[in-house]
Amino acid sequence: MNDKAPRLLFEKSRPGRGTDVIPRSDVPDRPLDSLLPASELASNLVPLPELGELDVVRHYTRLSQLNMAIDSHFYPLGSCTMKYNPKRNERLASLPGLASVHPYQDESTLQGILELLYDLQGILGEIAGLDAVSLQPAAGAQGELAALLTAAAYFRDRGEKRTKVLIPDSAHGTNPASAHLAGFDAVTIKSDSRGLVDMADFMSKHDDQTAVFMITNPNTVGRFDPQVVEIARALHDRGSLLYLDGANMNAILGVVRPGDMGVDLMHYNPHKTFSGPHGGGGPGAGPIAVRASLAPYLPAPIVVKRSDGVFALDYDRPKSIGRTRSFFGNVGVLVRAYCYIRAQGPEGLRRIAEHAVLNANYLLALIKEEYPVPFGDRCMHEFVASARGLARDRGIRAFDIAKGLIDRGFHPPTVYFPLIVSEALMIEPTECESRETLEEFARALLEIAAEDPEKLHEAPVTTPVCRPDEVAAARSPILIHPEASRAGIER
Amino acid sequence: MAYILNTDDDVALMLRRIGAGSIDELFAAAPESVRLKRLLDVPPALGELELTSHVTAIAARNVGADSRVCFLGGGAYDHFIPAVVDQLAGRGEFYTAYTPYQPEASQGTLQAIFEYQTLVARLTGLDVSNASLYDGGSAVAEAALMARGVTGRSGRIVVAGSAHPESIQVLKTYLANLETEIVVVPQRDGAVEVSEVAGAIDSRTAAVIVQQPNFFGVIEDVSAIVAAARKAGAIAVVSFDPISLGLLRRPGDYGADVAVAEGQCLGNPLAYGGPYLGMMACRESYVRKMPGRIVGQTVDHHGKRCWVLTLQTREQHIRREKATSNICTNQGLLALRASIYLATLGPRGLARVAELSTRKAHYAAERLASVPGLSLAFDRPFFKEFVVRCSVDATSVLAEVGRRGFHGGVALKRFFPEMEDSILIAVTEKRTRDEIDALAVAYDESIRAVRS
Ligand SMILES: Cc1ncc(COP(=O)(O)O)c(C=O)c1O
Repeated sequence: MNDKAPRLLFEKSRPGRGTDVIPRSDVPDRPLDSLLPASELASNLVPLPELGELDVVRHYTRLSQLNMAIDSHFYPLGSCTMKYNPKRNERLASLPGLASVHPYQDESTLQGILELLYDLQGILGEIAGLDAVSLQPAAGAQGELAALLTAAAYFRDRGEKRTKVLIPDSAHGTNPASAHLAGFDAVTIKSDSRGLVDMADFMSKHDDQTAVFMITNPNTVGRFDPQVVEIARALHDRGSLLYLDGANMNAILGVVRPGDMGVDLMHYNPHKTFSGPHGGGGPGAGPIAVRASLAPYLPAPIVVKRSDGVFALDYDRPKSIGRTRSFFGNVGVLVRAYCYIRAQGPEGLRRIAEHAVLNANYLLALIKEEYPVPFGDRCMHEFVASARGLARDRGIRAFDIAKGLIDRGFHPPTVYFPLIVSEALMIEPTECESRETLEEFARALLEIAAEDPEKLHEAPVTTPVCRPDEVAAARSPILIHPEASRAGIER
Repeated sequence: MAYILNTDDDVALMLRRIGAGSIDELFAAAPESVRLKRLLDVPPALGELELTSHVTAIAARNVGADSRVCFLGGGAYDHFIPAVVDQLAGRGEFYTAYTPYQPEASQGTLQAIFEYQTLVARLTGLDVSNASLYDGGSAVAEAALMARGVTGRSGRIVVAGSAHPESIQVLKTYLANLETEIVVVPQRDGAVEVSEVAGAIDSRTAAVIVQQPNFFGVIEDVSAIVAAARKAGAIAVVSFDPISLGLLRRPGDYGADVAVAEGQCLGNPLAYGGPYLGMMACRESYVRKMPGRIVGQTVDHHGKRCWVLTLQTREQHIRREKATSNICTNQGLLALRASIYLATLGPRGLARVAELSTRKAHYAAERLASVPGLSLAFDRPFFKEFVVRCSVDATSVLAEVGRRGFHGGVALKRFFPEMEDSILIAVTEKRTRDEIDALAVAYDESIRAVRS
């Protein structure tokens, strides 16, 4: 990476520069104030940067080169399932017959996409072992919200007012945030010494006020919690529901179906499990799957197949919670998920889980001497190692390890999550990586553990910037370019 | 096999190192009773060529804006997307990265977001922007939640009934269990009455939400509504069309506190409704109540200017149930596309898209109003979208218009049962005079065909 800091778009702007991408007018040129109320017209142009097309191309090409990404680097960011994003799916999702479909077209002109989405609903139901699917939610967190609202509507319909949602302390932050937004009290359940649900704590907090238990299984420390069966039984005995945070579905595709372990409702993260590119932060999607008893409350519309074979959108769902977003859903992401699943088939889906788990266990075995894994020698698709000992003995913290990895050409794992492991390094290699890559990564980690701490505190040294001052950034926030002109540009 | 690199030899070697006899043994923690004893019942695997044929055939069964001239709007528009947007956002270094948690490994994404935030602030005339929300509808809901946080009032949200009906539905869904009353001020003849909006605001009102131009394309008296909201101590939220700001006053110019938008129109494909882009800008004083990721400028170890995720104590991964929002994965790639789009158009390009859309929409309205059986529904100023009433069954007419090669408009019956004769028609800069003239002919013929 070269060292020159790219200037901002606004600093490259030169008055009078521009591009020529907009068509000429071929309709009568009437004065604008005869078309629109003069009082609503802006007196100036919006102060956007003035650039030529080559300026824009160089700018963004250069910015892209400052990123680590799956296409260029191993990216074992735990919980995020950074697997290869097949190029073919990018091309297929941008076919004009998919990319240029307007959401309000007549259904007769949507038969292809509706069929694809209908089939995807069925496939996601089968993988989940559940009965009904809504593809609407925009990401995992919105899937959580939609599912919890679905549960709330279910209880309301039964004349029950339940107030609590139980969430393990190892859960992702979106779980309690979604529970709160859905109007519930989020109650934390402790993890036991194995990193699993503390059954005594669960039993003491589970009561008739409990609407939902949100489990992540395998959980965020990468362990499958076999108590799930018992938890489901206890919940169902009191009329409560079991929710699965499906962020970790990659570990159990075709091996365990959530419905078969007692789950009543769940979300998927197709941008993780089904290879939707993460886009530098998004987009994702968050389809939810539920048992038949919850189906009437799902967001509308759902895609249905009529008896004459025609696909249609079913809005006539009087008990539905309504909409969580505009339009159908993040269809582009769903199309990629569909392509990915169709390329795998039943054997392929199972192989994904098998190799994700194999790769994680192999990596764990390679590093566990230097990086203790508090919750055991075996894991599912990811594991959480702790740098606690290294921090205590040598002053090498998880943070330093992350920076040292960047210098060695690896994107760091997730650090400091889950909160129940101190100095956490959450490592998810995915099924896509080769044994050689895993070994190189392990070597880098071992080298870092033996590195001179002073040197490591200076890392990274190979990147254009090193250890930005995050405290200063938050103390006096600069959130937009201060010198970008506020005033409009004269028309 | 696809996308898995481990060979049989690798597997054997890896298992040996792990100390396991088989891959199956690694799943030992999952009780037998919950294991799937069969293969999943999903269709068999397809190779790349078969998959391509299969999906191409599916795509061919859609009749999109690529094969019928598109006059559909209602929040999603067929604006032109310059080639640079696809090319640059299609770089794997952008789209196969994730949230920039590690700033040294993500300066490209971070700078792009910081620039996006600046562009959005300049576009809206407000102080700050976040890194993106899901879409226009949930952005409205998030604005309402934020207003509750900022004002400490949770009694009521007032929303103009002329806003996008789906935004209002999303608002209701998001707030369903939060004990906040949502008052929808009815639209009358395509717009809301300022006095009626003002009358709905009480001392418990956290936010007043209005869309400009509204769902029908009509220009609302938004300054008066914003003033009424602020007078009552409520947050004035304006949902805007980003393209319209090439021509119309910016929300910040007339005193809006929060501006939200559906950003699809900024270089993002129609894609049957998503992924799109939720935009949000607001006053600086609200920033700690804002939902979503935010990037800030700072300096590194050596004093060099750089960017980081900041103000993270608002977010769910730190604050958990006390977070300002539950959003995590956002619409980063769409925000990037919007930035590239705005950078490519510049101030003059954006103005030109807005002007052309307006002029063409007005030309189309004039042409269509002269078709026997069609009339303009509202005598009000509009931007790039307008409503016509049809003297014969609108759905049948639209089907006929479709047969003649046009997506001729959105039948409003799907949102407003009482507007069964009304059609919403959008015109972007992409539509040519010939296409508009041909649309008028198609409507004329279609109305005759339905009548006979
Ligand atoms: C365990 C877990 N749950 C939930 C989420 C939220 O999903 P999303 O980011 O798609 O909203 C994530 C991911 O970020 C996660 O890792």
